[in-house]
Amino acid sequence: MNKVLFFAHLRDAVGAEYLTLDAGGKTVAELKDELVEKYDLPRMETVMTAINEEFASNDEVIRDGDEIAFIPPVSGG
Amino acid sequence: MRMYEISKEPIEIQAVIDKVVQREAGAITTFIGTVRELTHGKKTLFLIYEAYEAMAVKKLEQIGAEIEECWAGSQVAITHRVGRLDITDIAVVIAVSTPHRADAYEANRYAIERIKEIVPIWKKEHWEDGESWMGNQLETVSYPSGKPEEGDLDE
Repeated sequence: MNKVLFFAHLRDAVGAEYLTLDAGGKTVAELKDELVEKYDLPRMETVMTAINEEFASNDEVIRDGDEIAFIPPVSGG
Repeated sequence: MRMYEISKEPIEIQAVIDKVVQREAGAITTFIGTVRELTHGKKTLFLIYEAYEAMAVKKLEQIGAEIEECWAGSQVAITHRVGRLDITDIAVVIAVSTPHRADAYEANRYAIERIKEIVPIWKKEHWEDGESWMGNQLETVSYPSGKPEEGDLDE
């Protein structure tokens, strides 16, 4: 299983800080598409992805147990 | 000593500075980021900062490592606040010590610009007439490959 974390406007859209789902074997892009479909996530083309706290590209394959986070454009500082 | 922190409590400026004190240093620069009331004429009431804390600390460490590689003899400490912040509250403190002053200014500037690029922290602005997560209001930033490219991070 995979813990999938959401932040900022995505957290508002999903209505949860994280979801637990089975994303093993899927690419980041596939998981994104699935979630966009299900939760109507806005502006996903601007959203970066992290796997296990490191930025990952859309074609990276998710393994069972990986922690996934969707990172909207950041606004710290 | 933790040089890179996300803090739910108000940041003690001197404590951040103290972390980079070194006998080899001829300069320490401190950047203090504060909550501004007016942005393009619009009045902010307060902000909420949220972080992906574990990754944010890692990315702050990465920024520190980049600085220590670029500016010889530098030491870096950064604390970023999360939670509700009112106008004039301190959101971030960056302290950089280096042997010579020019490097301390440059490296400190580099740190804040990098924070705005790669550290997973978000702010939600609350105004009199609403609220919004900042960062992509103009949708000027997009990452077709899903992560920052070389060029996105080199500014």
